[in-house]
Amino acid sequence: MIFAPSPFLLKDASVSQVMTQVCVALIPGIIAYAWLVGPAILVQLVIATFAALLAEAFMLKLRGKPLALFLSDGSAIVTAWLIALTFPPLAPWWMVFTGTVFAIVFAKHIYGGLGQNPFNPAMVAFAVCIVSFPAMMSQWPAVGLELRLLDQIDIIFGLAPRVDALSSATPLDAMKTALRMGDSNFDIAQLLANQDIYGNFAGRGWEWVATGYLIGGLWLWHRRIISWQVPVAFIGSLTLLSGALWLYNPAAFANPVFHLFSGGTLLGAFFIATDPVSGCTTPRGKLIFGAGAGLLAYVIRVFGGYPDGVAFAVLLMNLSAPVIDLLTQPAIFGMKDKK
Amino acid sequence: MDILTAIAIMALGAVVLGAALGYAAIKFKVEGDPLVEKIEAILPQTQCGQCGYPGCKPYAEAIAKGECDINLCPPGGMEGVQRLADLLGREVKPLEAEEKPKQVAIIDENTCIGCTLCIQACPVDAIVGAAKQMHTIIAQQCTGCELCLPPCPVECIHMAAVGETLDNWKWKYPVVGIKAVPLKDAA
Amino acid sequence: MLNLFKFWGGVKPPSHKTESNNKPISVAPMPSHLVVPLHQSIGGTPKPVVKAGDKVLKGQLIGEADGWISAAVHAPTSGTVREVAMHVRPHPSGLDSLCVVIDPDGRDAWIEHAPFDLASAAPADVFAHLQRSGVVGLGGAGFPAHGKLTPAPNVAMDELIINGAECEPYITCDDLLMRERAAEIVRGTALFRDLLQPKKVLIGIEDNKPEAVAAMQAAVTALGENFTVVAVPTRYPAGGAKQLIRVLTGKEVPGSMRSTAEMGVQVFNVATAYTAWRAVAHGEPVISRIVTLTGNVAEPHNVEVLIGTPMDELLKLARPHPDTDGILMGGPMMGFLVPNRQVPVVKTTNCLIAHSERLFPPKAPEMPCIRCGSCAQVCPHELQPFEMYWYARAKNFGKTQEYNIFDCIECGCCSYVCPSRIPLVQYFRFAKSEIWAREREKKAADEAKARFEFKQFREEREKAEKAEKLARAAAAQAAKKAAEAAAAAAEPAAGEAPAADARTAPAAASAADSEKAAKMATIQAAMERAKAQREAAQPRNTGELTPEQQRDLAEIEARRQAAGISEPPAATQEPKAE
Repeated sequence: MIFAPSPFLLKDASVSQVMTQVCVALIPGIIAYAWLVGPAILVQLVIATFAALLAEAFMLKLRGKPLALFLSDGSAIVTAWLIALTFPPLAPWWMVFTGTVFAIVFAKHIYGGLGQNPFNPAMVAFAVCIVSFPAMMSQWPAVGLELRLLDQIDIIFGLAPRVDALSSATPLDAMKTALRMGDSNFDIAQLLANQDIYGNFAGRGWEWVATGYLIGGLWLWHRRIISWQVPVAFIGSLTLLSGALWLYNPAAFANPVFHLFSGGTLLGAFFIATDPVSGCTTPRGKLIFGAGAGLLAYVIRVFGGYPDGVAFAVLLMNLSAPVIDLLTQPAIFGMKDKK
Repeated sequence: MDILTAIAIMALGAVVLGAALGYAAIKFKVEGDPLVEKIEAILPQTQCGQCGYPGCKPYAEAIAKGECDINLCPPGGMEGVQRLADLLGREVKPLEAEEKPKQVAIIDENTCIGCTLCIQACPVDAIVGAAKQMHTIIAQQCTGCELCLPPCPVECIHMAAVGETLDNWKWKYPVVGIKAVPLKDAA
Repeated sequence: MLNLFKFWGGVKPPSHKTESNNKPISVAPMPSHLVVPLHQSIGGTPKPVVKAGDKVLKGQLIGEADGWISAAVHAPTSGTVREVAMHVRPHPSGLDSLCVVIDPDGRDAWIEHAPFDLASAAPADVFAHLQRSGVVGLGGAGFPAHGKLTPAPNVAMDELIINGAECEPYITCDDLLMRERAAEIVRGTALFRDLLQPKKVLIGIEDNKPEAVAAMQAAVTALGENFTVVAVPTRYPAGGAKQLIRVLTGKEVPGSMRSTAEMGVQVFNVATAYTAWRAVAHGEPVISRIVTLTGNVAEPHNVEVLIGTPMDELLKLARPHPDTDGILMGGPMMGFLVPNRQVPVVKTTNCLIAHSERLFPPKAPEMPCIRCGSCAQVCPHELQPFEMYWYARAKNFGKTQEYNIFDCIECGCCSYVCPSRIPLVQYFRFAKSEIWAREREKKAADEAKARFEFKQFREEREKAEKAEKLARAAAAQAAKKAAEAAAAAAEPAAGEAPAADARTAPAAASAADSEKAAKMATIQAAMERAKAQREAAQPRNTGELTPEQQRDLAEIEARRQAAGISEPPAATQEPKAE
């Protein structure tokens, strides 16, 4: 006789399936990235994946957990890919490597591994690196610059000098710097007309990468891997705030579309703020979490000192997620009118 | 002048806070010693005296005063030690004596001479009987303290483990897995 | 058309109903023996009214209801009672309970039975008749039906719901019952309607059973009743009483509410209505039921089977495949693997599924929870299973109660969808039974404390009373002595009185001492006697018994065990040890 508890029927679902689908959803964005910005991103993805699996295997061994089971769950790969996608594509290999190892070892396993991390590991890696290596984390390749893949690899591995021309700022950063110059003649409209940096509605090239993330994110929502609350609240609050400021002074503030398709907004809204482990779990909590992250991201990127605010916004909201969850517990069946 | 202002402000703050604390101490005064009650609520109330104190309450008082360890109560088991440690912020220690499953006393009614000594020993009045009449134990009220064993002059009382029945059966912790029941022959 | 409501969550597992619902109900052959557990419903365990060797007839009472929430048990066929003994019952614990084992005589002869005269009966008589006929909820829990037929005192009864949803995969016994015996279900429903006097009667059937819906609709029309047959959307657990109430009426009955009647609604399973009607119209007690035989078998179908039929004998009718490694009682979502294959069919056995690894592959290893929230998405009671799991796993039971663990109906939706393969429901069952155990222990401890404190109080009082009595006696004696002294010596010395007092006290003490010594001597003597008696009498005690006496002894033993005294009395053990 055999003994097992009910239910005996189980849906075909697993952690690795969830993680695989997240990776699949990232692919449209990655293709746009490799096509329009540079194939170097593919190299960075490989470096990050390798580093993540290495660190994961090491930590699992240390903690005496079954290697095969946890290595194949795919959670480390999702973290690695998010790190590669948020770091500058021509960042030196050791920076991506260090960031990824830090994320897996300190942000994930020190807290107890899969499912236990209070902060999004990828965003911890981003925050640590931007604080430790601010200059290199702000060097983004000019999109118009044509560079062969081999040359890009040489730069990543430090075999070729890091030419200054390679290192421009992101569209977001360029705009902020320009506005900071204090030249009152500058006008957002004029800035956006600069087709070297800006494309049809946001950063040149980057706008299509963001569109790729949007497509992937919508597919994730369609597959019910993520729920609608976080992305909607994130995008909604960011749109509202940027829209209000843009209407108030279109000369000094960029339009909402620009903000939506710039930097990490869409990647953050669909892939980072939706991380279930470190985010909120109740429906109302998710709305608050998403809205808070969207607002903070806008405030930090427009008024703060960093090129983009998504990472810090998400980390700050991670910090408050348990309290939000505690305060937003939904009423249960039969008790809705009694609370 | 500035220094005087600063001192005045600090003094004022001290007076206000002191008054608030004093008021709170009177307003929210706790009657009795809630700690003893809380400890007693954790103890199993077998009143067996195995801890060396005459009953659960004296033991609770001794723990509250910090006179003794928290691991002296065998009927409470390791779980009781754990809960006391959580309540008092003390360290968990292994139990002094060995942990026993819950038991009840059973009187062999053929041997009982009706001496009433066990009735006097039972701390919870769980034995009924009268002088020169057969005694018996009310199983539901027996705490399994074993205090009735030594006084019995004819050794007619023994302890029996309380078996698992459908009324006290519990689902097991999932990680351990569910135990198999050996196949019995068909009736 | 009736406006339907939705309940939160739920899942749509593969239904596997078509395997067994395309053949008519057949009648199972007489099994080699029948093991009828006495405890088959919620509430008190019925008391056996037969003993080994008794001849019984089909439908004869063998277990008498004990208390209001309890239902009688009957002999499923005619034959001889082999024994009244402890046998494993179909329960996940695998524990024994008292059963009546009957060897059928093959005649299947009915006891005299007659229709119940409804026209002249008061509701209380009907309840008593249903209880006597052993009518219990056949949908799963086995709650005695008569206990649910009284409206709440101050809430108007709005709806009576007849539950034909049968949402669990594989099970089709209610489907077939509705197809083949719709008229009797409708008549039973009318009986319940007459007792409860609801404003309307709704019959809810999942829309994956169109034949059953049609049959029930036809029966309702033919009998001229104004019941509404409603096809409800197929979604597990739509057949849960509270979910069906929600779908049909929009009412949400809180988990803390003891009876749905407090919300003006009552739910009965179709098979309960059917058996109630049989009990009233034909005087037949519940001695058989429809069981779906399915799963890893060659011929899945439904059979009408006598209560007490051993499951392995029954399952053979459906020809199980050789790789069958267990029997599941109930559906695959909420059922359980029976502890051994000889356990009998009971009133709540709606389905037997032959288990095999091919049908139900072993579960993948449990992974940590990633808080994906899938479980909260499907929980029909809108709980937060992952939070409850977290605390149940840590054995922090207080917190699980804050997250409303007792509202969990153990439907299994959360475990079904969990990507980490966590046996969530199992954690909740564990936490619930631990909380119950703790409450029992707490209650016992409180009682023990109260008794201990009372004993102390009584001892103090007795001591005080005794001291007072002694003092009074001493005083009286002193007074007497003083009076004597006064009488003897015409001139009493004023200084002597206190000395007399001092003398009397030791006198009293020595009196107590001698009393004690006498008592000790008596005890000593009694001990000697007892010892002698034990040595002399005991060996004789169990020797030279007539078979009749031995049987009586065995019976006493059985009763003892039934009463929960697991150890045999020491008298028969100790002499061997000495």
